[in-house]
Amino acid sequence: MIINYDKSIKKNAWKPKYLRNSIRAFVSGGSICLFGQILLKLYELAGFEKEETGSLMIVTLILIASLLTGIGVFDKIGQWAGAGSLVPVTGFANSMTSAALEYKKEGLVLGVATNLFKLAGAVITFGVVSAYILGMLRYLIENFVL
Amino acid sequence: MIYLYAFLVGGLICVIGQILIDRFKLTSAHITASFVVAGALLDSFDLYDKLIEFAGAGAQVPITSFGHSLLHGAMEKANEVGFLGIGMGMFDMTASGITAAIIFAFLVAVFFRPKG
Repeated sequence: MIINYDKSIKKNAWKPKYLRNSIRAFVSGGSICLFGQILLKLYELAGFEKEETGSLMIVTLILIASLLTGIGVFDKIGQWAGAGSLVPVTGFANSMTSAALEYKKEGLVLGVATNLFKLAGAVITFGVVSAYILGMLRYLIENFVL
Repeated sequence: MIYLYAFLVGGLICVIGQILIDRFKLTSAHITASFVVAGALLDSFDLYDKLIEFAGAGAQVPITSFGHSLLHGAMEKANEVGFLGIGMGMFDMTASGITAAIIFAFLVAVFFRPKG
């Protein structure tokens, strides 16, 4: 009995959490991407070029995520969705808007503007550093080795 | 069919992030930063372009595409003007997204009150 009890505790404490969180992330993240795909189609039907639809779709998602952060809904979605709302570009917009809102009381310059990239700065820094190193390697290989 | 692939691929990328959060107790900043590096790495073998062709928004919406776009813009400019193009073209493809994020975040911070 005692052994069974221990087992059931372990099962309930660990396994369902991984599975539940993963399913939530899958459904919510997939839905955001599906919504993006629908937006792409709508912009295409509206007569935009292929390069423009991509930017417009990303900008639309950023606008929606910023507004939802402003009215306090994004946090509730994020608590349920986990990585499902963090990994899409919505998470990037949310991190900037929430940091800006959080420091609003310290003023527009020292509060909002200086803290805007508090969380998103990591993404841009690592993105630029890695892209620069990889770009440099690829440029050297393409031009001097091949 | 592209709608189904967008859902599946986008969902799977998010599941990878969720498992990393749950298993290794990483913060959201660690996840997004590593995903951007992963996107740039995948672009260096043109793998990410194939994924976008296959899954559309399923590959364009996750933050991995930010790393891909940075490197892509850099290489496009580098092919035109040479080595300096890497720096000149870095933000070419991501400029609209970053601009939008700054503008909207600033406006929301000005016009909304912080919650909680």
